[in-house]
Amino acid sequence: MKSSKKIAYLGLCTTIALVLAYVESLIPPIFSAVPGIKMGLPNVVIIFVLYKFKPRDAIIVSLLRVFIVTLLFGNVMTLSYSLSGAVLSLTGMIILKKLDFLSMVGVSVVGAVLHNAGQIIMAMILLSTAEIGYYLIVLAITGAISGVLIGLIGGILAKRVGIGREET
Amino acid sequence: MNKNITPTKNGGRKLKNDLIFIISLIVILVCVGLGVYFFRKPGDTVKVLVDGNLYGTYSLQKEREIEIKIGDNLNILVIKDGKADMIKASCPDSICVKHRPISKNGETITCLPNKVTVIIEINDKQGEVDVIV
Repeated sequence: MKSSKKIAYLGLCTTIALVLAYVESLIPPIFSAVPGIKMGLPNVVIIFVLYKFKPRDAIIVSLLRVFIVTLLFGNVMTLSYSLSGAVLSLTGMIILKKLDFLSMVGVSVVGAVLHNAGQIIMAMILLSTAEIGYYLIVLAITGAISGVLIGLIGGILAKRVGIGREET
Repeated sequence: MNKNITPTKNGGRKLKNDLIFIISLIVILVCVGLGVYFFRKPGDTVKVLVDGNLYGTYSLQKEREIEIKIGDNLNILVIKDGKADMIKASCPDSICVKHRPISKNGETITCLPNKVTVIIEINDKQGEVDVIV
Protein backbone atom coordinates (compact mmCIF):
# COMPACT_ATOMS: atom_id res chain seq x y z
CA MET A 1 0.00 0.00 0.00
CA LYS A 2 1.17 3.52 -0.74
CA SER A 3 2.47 5.24 2.33
CA SER A 4 0.17 8.22 1.88
CA LYS A 5 -2.79 5.88 1.71
CA LYS A 6 -1.59 4.07 4.79
CA ILE A 7 -1.18 7.32 6.70
CA ALA A 8 -4.73 8.27 5.79
CA TYR A 9 -6.08 4.90 6.94
CA LEU A 10 -4.15 5.00 10.21
CA GLY A 11 -5.32 8.58 10.83
CA LEU A 12 -8.87 7.44 10.26
CA CYS A 13 -8.36 4.54 12.69
CA THR A 14 -6.93 6.89 15.33
CA THR A 15 -9.93 9.18 14.94
CA ILE A 16 -12.36 6.29 15.27
CA ALA A 17 -10.53 5.14 18.41
CA LEU A 18 -10.87 8.67 19.85
CA VAL A 19 -14.59 8.80 19.09
CA LEU A 20 -15.06 5.34 20.65
CA ALA A 21 -13.16 6.49 23.76
CA TYR A 22 -15.55 9.45 23.99
CA VAL A 23 -18.64 7.29 23.43
CA GLU A 24 -17.39 4.96 26.14
CA SER A 25 -16.99 7.82 28.59
CA LEU A 26 -20.71 8.58 28.10
CA ILE A 27 -21.79 5.09 29.17
CA PRO A 28 -22.56 5.16 32.89
CA PRO A 29 -20.57 2.71 35.04
CA ILE A 30 -22.27 -0.65 35.49
CA PHE A 31 -21.65 -0.74 39.18
CA SER A 32 -19.96 2.14 40.82
CA ALA A 33 -18.41 0.17 43.70
CA VAL A 34 -15.56 -0.94 41.47
CA PRO A 35 -14.26 1.92 39.34
CA GLY A 36 -12.53 1.12 36.09
CA ILE A 37 -14.97 -1.37 34.59
CA LYS A 38 -15.12 -0.45 30.94
CA MET A 39 -15.96 -2.09 27.67
CA GLY A 40 -12.69 -1.06 26.07
CA LEU A 41 -14.31 -0.01 22.80
CA PRO A 42 -11.17 1.71 21.44
CA ASN A 43 -9.45 -1.67 21.59
CA VAL A 44 -11.62 -2.71 18.61
CA VAL A 45 -9.60 -0.29 16.51
CA ILE A 46 -6.26 -1.22 18.05
CA ILE A 47 -6.76 -4.94 17.43
CA PHE A 48 -8.07 -4.22 13.92
CA VAL A 49 -4.93 -2.25 13.11
CA LEU A 50 -2.77 -4.94 14.72
CA TYR A 51 -4.20 -7.59 12.41
CA LYS A 52 -4.61 -5.54 9.23
CA PHE A 53 -1.41 -3.54 9.40
CA LYS A 54 1.88 -4.10 11.19
CA PRO A 55 2.44 -4.22 14.97
CA ARG A 56 4.39 -0.96 14.61
CA ASP A 57 1.29 0.76 13.25
CA ALA A 58 -0.81 -0.52 16.13
CA ILE A 59 1.73 0.93 18.58
CA ILE A 60 1.57 4.33 16.84
CA VAL A 61 -2.24 4.39 16.77
CA SER A 62 -2.48 3.25 20.39
CA LEU A 63 0.01 5.80 21.73
CA LEU A 64 -1.56 8.62 19.68
CA ARG A 65 -4.95 7.66 21.04
CA VAL A 66 -3.72 7.75 24.64
CA PHE A 67 -2.03 11.14 24.24
CA ILE A 68 -4.92 12.80 22.40
CA VAL A 69 -7.54 11.42 24.82
CA THR A 70 -5.43 12.80 27.67
CA LEU A 71 -5.21 16.21 25.98
CA LEU A 72 -8.96 16.28 25.40
CA PHE A 73 -10.44 14.80 28.57
CA GLY A 74 -7.69 13.98 31.06
CA ASN A 75 -4.73 15.16 33.06
CA VAL A 76 -1.25 13.92 33.93
CA MET A 77 -2.70 11.39 36.37
CA THR A 78 -4.96 9.78 33.78
CA LEU A 79 -2.07 9.82 31.28
CA SER A 80 0.10 7.62 33.49
CA TYR A 81 -2.77 5.18 34.04
CA SER A 82 -3.88 4.85 30.45
CA LEU A 83 -0.30 4.78 29.18
CA SER A 84 0.74 1.90 31.44
CA GLY A 85 -2.46 0.04 30.55
CA ALA A 86 -2.04 0.60 26.82
CA VAL A 87 1.65 -0.33 26.74
CA LEU A 88 1.23 -3.54 28.72
CA SER A 89 -1.88 -4.57 26.80
CA LEU A 90 -0.35 -3.92 23.38
CA THR A 91 2.90 -5.69 24.26
CA GLY A 92 0.94 -8.77 25.33
CA MET A 93 -1.26 -8.71 22.23
CA ILE A 94 1.71 -8.36 19.85
CA ILE A 95 3.55 -11.26 21.52
CA LEU A 96 0.47 -13.49 21.47
CA LYS A 97 -0.24 -12.66 17.85
CA LYS A 98 3.34 -13.65 16.99
CA LEU A 99 2.99 -16.92 18.93
CA ASP A 100 -0.08 -17.59 16.79
CA PHE A 101 -2.01 -20.11 18.86
CA LEU A 102 -5.00 -17.95 19.80
CA SER A 103 -7.50 -16.28 17.49
CA MET A 104 -8.37 -12.59 17.69
CA VAL A 105 -10.83 -13.30 20.49
CA GLY A 106 -8.18 -14.82 22.73
CA VAL A 107 -5.67 -12.08 21.89
CA SER A 108 -8.29 -9.44 22.67
CA VAL A 109 -9.06 -11.06 26.04
CA VAL A 110 -5.36 -10.99 26.93
CA GLY A 111 -5.23 -7.35 25.84
CA ALA A 112 -8.21 -6.42 28.02
CA VAL A 113 -6.93 -8.22 31.11
CA LEU A 114 -3.42 -6.78 30.68
CA HIS A 115 -4.88 -3.30 30.23
CA ASN A 116 -6.55 -3.58 33.62
CA ALA A 117 -3.40 -5.09 35.10
CA GLY A 118 -1.28 -2.21 33.80
CA GLN A 119 -3.57 0.37 35.35
CA ILE A 120 -3.71 -1.43 38.68
CA ILE A 121 0.08 -1.79 38.75
CA MET A 122 0.42 1.93 38.03
CA ALA A 123 -2.07 2.69 40.83
CA MET A 124 -0.08 0.45 43.17
CA ILE A 125 3.12 2.35 42.29
CA LEU A 126 1.55 5.81 42.53
CA LEU A 127 -0.27 5.14 45.79
CA SER A 128 2.42 2.78 47.16
CA THR A 129 -0.25 0.38 48.40
CA ALA A 130 -0.34 -3.25 47.34
CA GLU A 131 -3.87 -3.80 48.65
CA ILE A 132 -5.64 -2.33 45.62
CA GLY A 133 -4.37 -5.41 43.78
CA TYR A 134 -7.59 -7.06 44.95
CA TYR A 135 -9.46 -4.90 42.44
CA LEU A 136 -7.61 -6.66 39.68
CA ILE A 137 -9.56 -9.89 40.23
CA VAL A 138 -12.91 -8.19 39.59
CA LEU A 139 -11.50 -6.05 36.79
CA ALA A 140 -9.88 -9.05 35.10
CA ILE A 141 -13.14 -11.04 35.08
CA THR A 142 -15.15 -8.19 33.56
CA GLY A 143 -12.21 -7.44 31.27
CA ALA A 144 -12.17 -11.02 30.00
CA ILE A 145 -15.89 -10.86 29.20
CA SER A 146 -15.65 -7.53 27.37
CA GLY A 147 -12.48 -8.79 25.69
CA VAL A 148 -14.48 -11.62 24.10
CA LEU A 149 -17.01 -9.13 22.69
CA ILE A 150 -14.29 -6.77 21.46
CA GLY A 151 -12.40 -9.67 19.85
CA LEU A 152 -15.53 -10.86 18.05
CA ILE A 153 -16.26 -7.36 16.74
CA GLY A 154 -12.61 -6.95 15.71
CA GLY A 155 -12.73 -10.30 13.91
CA ILE A 156 -15.84 -9.34 11.94
CA LEU A 157 -14.28 -6.01 11.00
CA ALA A 158 -10.97 -7.58 9.95
CA LYS A 159 -12.87 -9.97 7.72
CA ARG A 160 -15.18 -7.42 6.10
CA VAL A 161 -13.19 -4.20 5.85
CA GLY A 162 -11.03 -4.50 2.76
CA ILE A 163 -8.04 -2.43 3.66
CA GLY A 164 -4.63 -3.25 4.96
CA ARG A 165 -1.87 -5.76 4.56
CA GLU A 166 -3.12 -7.61 1.49
CA GLU A 167 -2.70 -4.53 -0.70
CA THR A 168 1.00 -4.01 -0.06
CA MET B 1 -9.12 -7.87 -4.83
CA ASN B 2 -9.58 -8.56 -1.20
CA LYS B 3 -11.38 -11.81 -1.32
CA ASN B 4 -10.45 -14.83 0.73
CA ILE B 5 -9.16 -12.79 3.61
CA THR B 6 -9.19 -15.05 6.58
CA PRO B 7 -7.64 -13.34 9.58
CA THR B 8 -6.75 -16.67 11.12
CA LYS B 9 -5.34 -19.77 9.60
CA ASN B 10 -6.41 -23.01 11.21
CA GLY B 11 -9.47 -21.21 12.59
CA GLY B 12 -10.93 -24.30 14.23
CA ARG B 13 -7.85 -25.20 16.23
CA LYS B 14 -7.46 -21.63 17.41
CA LEU B 15 -11.10 -21.41 18.37
CA LYS B 16 -10.61 -24.43 20.57
CA ASN B 17 -7.47 -22.89 22.10
CA ASP B 18 -9.46 -19.71 22.67
CA LEU B 19 -12.23 -21.51 24.47
CA ILE B 20 -9.85 -23.45 26.69
CA PHE B 21 -7.84 -20.33 27.43
CA ILE B 22 -10.77 -18.05 28.23
CA ILE B 23 -12.69 -20.57 30.29
CA SER B 24 -9.65 -21.55 32.35
CA LEU B 25 -8.76 -17.87 32.84
CA ILE B 26 -12.24 -17.03 34.13
CA VAL B 27 -12.41 -20.14 36.32
CA ILE B 28 -9.03 -19.32 37.92
CA LEU B 29 -10.02 -15.70 38.46
CA VAL B 30 -13.39 -16.59 39.98
CA CYS B 31 -11.73 -19.15 42.32
CA VAL B 32 -9.11 -16.65 43.44
CA GLY B 33 -11.79 -13.99 43.89
CA LEU B 34 -14.08 -16.24 45.94
CA GLY B 35 -11.12 -17.44 48.01
CA VAL B 36 -10.06 -13.90 48.79
CA TYR B 37 -13.64 -12.86 49.54
CA PHE B 38 -14.58 -15.71 51.87
CA PHE B 39 -11.32 -16.34 53.68
CA ARG B 40 -10.74 -12.75 54.58
CA LYS B 41 -10.87 -12.22 58.31
CA PRO B 42 -12.65 -9.21 59.75
CA GLY B 43 -10.14 -6.50 60.60
CA ASP B 44 -10.00 -4.29 63.65
CA THR B 45 -7.82 -1.36 62.64
CA VAL B 46 -8.29 1.37 60.08
CA LYS B 47 -5.14 2.74 58.49
CA VAL B 48 -5.23 5.93 56.46
CA LEU B 49 -2.46 6.51 53.94
CA VAL B 50 -1.93 9.76 52.06
CA ASP B 51 0.37 9.46 49.05
CA GLY B 52 1.81 6.27 50.54
CA ASN B 53 2.63 7.88 53.90
CA LEU B 54 0.80 6.94 57.08
CA TYR B 55 -1.70 9.61 58.06
CA GLY B 56 -3.24 7.85 61.02
CA THR B 57 -4.33 4.55 62.55
CA TYR B 58 -7.75 4.19 64.16
CA SER B 59 -9.67 1.44 65.90
CA LEU B 60 -12.71 0.01 64.13
CA GLN B 61 -14.54 -0.47 67.40
CA LYS B 62 -14.67 3.19 68.36
CA GLU B 63 -17.21 5.30 66.48
CA ARG B 64 -15.71 8.49 65.16
CA GLU B 65 -15.40 10.88 62.28
CA ILE B 66 -11.97 11.52 60.75
CA GLU B 67 -11.14 14.55 58.65
CA ILE B 68 -8.30 13.89 56.24
CA LYS B 69 -7.17 17.31 55.14
CA ILE B 70 -4.11 17.84 52.95
CA GLY B 71 -3.90 21.30 51.39
CA ASP B 72 -7.20 21.94 49.61
CA ASN B 73 -8.10 18.24 49.50
CA LEU B 74 -10.60 17.03 52.06
CA ASN B 75 -11.91 13.53 52.75
CA ILE B 76 -14.21 12.64 55.62
CA LEU B 77 -14.12 9.07 56.88
CA VAL B 78 -16.70 7.74 59.31
CA ILE B 79 -16.18 4.68 61.53
CA LYS B 80 -19.48 3.22 62.65
CA ASP B 81 -20.75 -0.28 63.57
CA GLY B 82 -17.28 -1.75 62.98
CA LYS B 83 -17.20 -0.43 59.43
CA ALA B 84 -15.33 2.40 57.77
CA ASP B 85 -17.01 4.52 55.13
CA MET B 86 -15.95 7.58 53.17
CA ILE B 87 -18.87 10.01 53.37
CA LYS B 88 -17.39 13.11 51.78
CA ALA B 89 -14.56 13.94 49.41
CA SER B 90 -13.42 17.03 47.58
CA CYS B 91 -12.47 15.08 44.48
CA PRO B 92 -14.57 15.48 41.31
CA ASP B 93 -15.55 11.84 40.68
CA SER B 94 -16.24 10.84 44.34
CA ILE B 95 -15.82 7.17 43.52
CA CYS B 96 -14.57 6.65 47.09
CA VAL B 97 -17.83 8.07 48.48
CA LYS B 98 -19.89 5.64 46.44
CA HIS B 99 -17.73 2.74 47.66
CA ARG B 100 -19.53 0.51 50.15
CA PRO B 101 -18.38 0.55 53.80
CA ILE B 102 -15.41 -1.76 54.45
CA SER B 103 -14.69 -3.98 57.45
CA LYS B 104 -12.64 -7.01 56.37
CA ASN B 105 -8.87 -7.37 56.51
CA GLY B 106 -7.18 -5.98 53.42
CA GLU B 107 -10.23 -4.16 52.09
CA THR B 108 -9.56 -0.66 50.83
CA ILE B 109 -11.26 2.53 49.81
CA THR B 110 -9.12 4.58 47.48
CA CYS B 111 -9.51 8.16 46.42
CA LEU B 112 -7.19 8.49 43.45
CA PRO B 113 -7.40 12.28 42.90
CA ASN B 114 -6.56 13.05 46.54
CA LYS B 115 -4.14 10.10 46.84
CA VAL B 116 -5.92 8.88 49.95
CA THR B 117 -6.09 5.15 50.72
CA VAL B 118 -8.05 3.67 53.60
CA ILE B 119 -7.06 0.11 54.55
CA ILE B 120 -8.56 -2.28 57.06
CA GLU B 121 -5.97 -4.31 58.94
CA ILE B 122 -5.67 -6.75 61.78
CA ASN B 123 -3.64 -5.45 64.66
CA ASP B 124 -0.47 -7.54 64.71
CA LYS B 125 -0.26 -7.90 68.48
CA GLN B 126 -3.53 -9.72 68.96
CA GLY B 127 -4.40 -11.19 65.58
CA GLU B 128 -1.26 -13.18 64.79
CA VAL B 129 -2.64 -16.68 65.35
CA ASP B 130 -6.39 -16.38 65.38
CA VAL B 131 -8.13 -19.32 63.79
CA ILE B 132 -6.50 -21.68 61.36
CA VAL B 133 -9.14 -23.07 59.04
